[in-house]
Amino acid sequence: MSTLGIVMLVHTALDRAEQVARHWTASGCPVVIHVDRKVKKTTYSQFVKSCSDDPLILFSDRHVCDWGGWGIVAASQSAATLLLERFSEVHHVYLSSGACLPLRPVTELVNYLADRKRVDFIESATTRDVTWTVGGLDLERFTFRFPFSWRKQRRLFDAHVRLQRALGIRRAVPEGLVPHMGSQWWCLTRQTLSAILQDPKRRIYDRYFQQVWIPDESYFQTLARLYSTQIESRSLTLSKFDYQGRPHIFYDDHLQLLRRSDCFVARKVWHRADRLYQAFLTDQAGAMKPAEPNPGKIDRLFAKAMERRTRGRDGLYMQSRFPSLNKGCGLTAFPYSVFQGFTDLFSDFQPWLTNATGSRVHGHLFSPERARFGGNETVLNGGLSDSAKLRDYNPEAFITNLIWNTRGERQCFQFGPSDLQKINTFLAFDKNAKISIITGAWAISLFRSNMNFADIRAEAARLQQVETQQLRVLKSLDAKADIRIWSLSEFVESPMEQLQTIIDDIGAPHLRPVTEAPKMVDLTGFGKFLQNLKNQGMHPYLTGDFSADDVFDTQVKPFRKPYLVK
Amino acid sequence: MRLRRKRRLLRCMRKRRELNVKQDATNVIQPDDILLMSVIRNEKIRLPYFLDYYRKLGVDHFLFVDNDSDDGSAEFLTQQPDVSVWNTQASYRRATFGVDWVNYLLRSYAHGHWVLTVDPDEFFIYPFCDTRPIRALTDWLDDTSVRSFGTMLIDMYPRGPIEETPYQEGQNPFEVAPWFDTGNYMISRNPTYGNLWIQGGPRSRVFFYETPSKAPALNKIPLVKWDRRYTYVSSTHALLPRGLNQVYEQNGGEKTSGALLHAKLLDTLGDKAHEELSRGQHYRQSDEYRAYAERLQDGPVFWNEWSEKFINWRQLEILGLMSKGNWA
Repeated sequence: MSTLGIVMLVHTALDRAEQVARHWTASGCPVVIHVDRKVKKTTYSQFVKSCSDDPLILFSDRHVCDWGGWGIVAASQSAATLLLERFSEVHHVYLSSGACLPLRPVTELVNYLADRKRVDFIESATTRDVTWTVGGLDLERFTFRFPFSWRKQRRLFDAHVRLQRALGIRRAVPEGLVPHMGSQWWCLTRQTLSAILQDPKRRIYDRYFQQVWIPDESYFQTLARLYSTQIESRSLTLSKFDYQGRPHIFYDDHLQLLRRSDCFVARKVWHRADRLYQAFLTDQAGAMKPAEPNPGKIDRLFAKAMERRTRGRDGLYMQSRFPSLNKGCGLTAFPYSVFQGFTDLFSDFQPWLTNATGSRVHGHLFSPERARFGGNETVLNGGLSDSAKLRDYNPEAFITNLIWNTRGERQCFQFGPSDLQKINTFLAFDKNAKISIITGAWAISLFRSNMNFADIRAEAARLQQVETQQLRVLKSLDAKADIRIWSLSEFVESPMEQLQTIIDDIGAPHLRPVTEAPKMVDLTGFGKFLQNLKNQGMHPYLTGDFSADDVFDTQVKPFRKPYLVK
Repeated sequence: MRLRRKRRLLRCMRKRRELNVKQDATNVIQPDDILLMSVIRNEKIRLPYFLDYYRKLGVDHFLFVDNDSDDGSAEFLTQQPDVSVWNTQASYRRATFGVDWVNYLLRSYAHGHWVLTVDPDEFFIYPFCDTRPIRALTDWLDDTSVRSFGTMLIDMYPRGPIEETPYQEGQNPFEVAPWFDTGNYMISRNPTYGNLWIQGGPRSRVFFYETPSKAPALNKIPLVKWDRRYTYVSSTHALLPRGLNQVYEQNGGEKTSGALLHAKLLDTLGDKAHEELSRGQHYRQSDEYRAYAERLQDGPVFWNEWSEKFINWRQLEILGLMSKGNWA
């Protein structure tokens, strides 16, 4: 007979439990099974009967096991007592569940434990060092009382906790005990386990722990600290929990991952994962080399899953992720730039920007006629249509889709007061938006247009009003976008400097030295034009000050030396 | 809302008289069987592959309402051992587009079961569906106390004009129509029922670009651990009580979700559109089918250079059209 004994707690999938139990006994390890009292009597007796031909399988007294309740501890106590009593050779007792699956040959585990005769494997940490508690209760689970079920009577549970907090009710931890917590799946030596079970003060301890919340994670973990000569604070069972404290489940497709983990036992395995049971319970020869357990890969897999569930992918809107605007997460997937007024001032701004930054430059995406995609495309990545009606039906979806579909590639687009203004609030609140605005630049296009002056005047008044509204939105205190605003006069004073900061902002990785400036339109007579507007009672205050006699310098100075990135 | 739900339930009880049982095999349903519910009309050509697909996923029993088919659908279905069929000649529209019949049958046979309610041209995809049967998903949902599972309908289309590659009975429709749109879906929240309202995809792009608000809804909640108090309110887009529509996360995370591949844009669409148009039995006076019939005359091509060819669920996951959530 083996020196390793197994305690198995079972409540469903009894056929799998039997299969695993027989796997243990085949290598000589006795198994004591505890079946939840909630399992029907007929099912239970049938189970007992089908195991009766194996003398190494015994059944302990049954208790009702509820999650977070005392029953699980009571079950472990009864089963462990029986195991120690009936199988005197047993040196280590391994606590497992019906959904546990041994991954390595049993003899390897037996040898591993034989090499560590005095070691108790039990994860046991003080409350201060534990970060994984569900419900935010750590020390309080030892000092409050918990008469209500967390799963079934959540409101009462929470109310009762609040009440105890408010009234400052505390109960004393029995003398000599330092609360410890850890995974409920342990492997203890006969010496330690029997010391716990035969402790003269066990009645006091039991009474105390019956009122502790989730005692199965703290009873043995705390008491082992009293008696063990050598604790290895880790569990030999690979068991990972999700963000709600439920164990992750292993399926057939985890086979390779489990093989490479070198862990002895894994929990919890889906009871219909036929391939896993088949692979790990039969072909012992193809098992792993002796090695220390190394669950790193599995850890990462589950950590990623947790992140997916709690944080998700920024800028993604889909059937199971729809964050509200004010939740503080990124509204879009990737940084992008918005330019307003630049195409009015520079005749070749778009090709120049493409050249200088290597990013994808679009025209006026929100133009009233249609979305002007770069390269005059009618459909963009992801099947995004240029139809203005589709876009205006849900402009936020349009922009988030565009940025999501092209994630990894910087997008730039032009904007202006003649475009759809509904999108402004969204842009202002998006921390990925870099918005550069030359206010009043729309006046240049009017100046160069061939319209009647009365129409120009009316249009100028309209555009100015729209732009003023827009600036009000962008300048609101809680705007998160990165916004730069120049008046037109400010900008034309030193255009290259401003353009350089913009390019720096974009920070493209393959920045070519910019040697050429974009071509500024001829502004001769612009000052006079503005004066004419003023004379007609329309004050274009957003352009800034231009003197009527055109004394400002419209010629962009050529670069003295090539532009270099730091 | 409670009243609305009760009214729906009463209505479905009234409408049960319209259903005549054709084949009742519901006595073989086991307590934890996974069921599938579907309303069909003249879908004979689709049924063999449909049954095959869902049997492989692990559906144990099928419930069909046959709305007066005359192409042998009913005869085909009654030959299947794991299928129960009800026949009705009543108006699809007056049964709230079939929802009343569905509600009645679910109430009668699906209480306590996981049940998948899909149209015969919808194919359910969920994370790990190539390695784990649907029961792995429902067991996990049970474990995590989730009662309903959200999906988005993804319209699939062929490379050329739809009549050029005819669909053959028994064939996987996505051999003919493997292409889809990856990133042009528009979402808003429906404040009445708390569900998301998703529109977009190729049908919006080609049929409804002038009238986007009329584009069909793509949000669906087809998989539910049914209770006799539950009701669908409009197709499978929304349920009552409203908590069941909360299949999405609002604080930034992603819940686990799937997709329904929609094999509608096949060569069968033209005939269907004309038939349905003349019957006028569909939502909003069959506006949708009117648009199809008009546009189909010019032989539209849905494909464009940004169309993506379907590979597997992982591809949809990466594209953000479904999510593993915390199921690993």
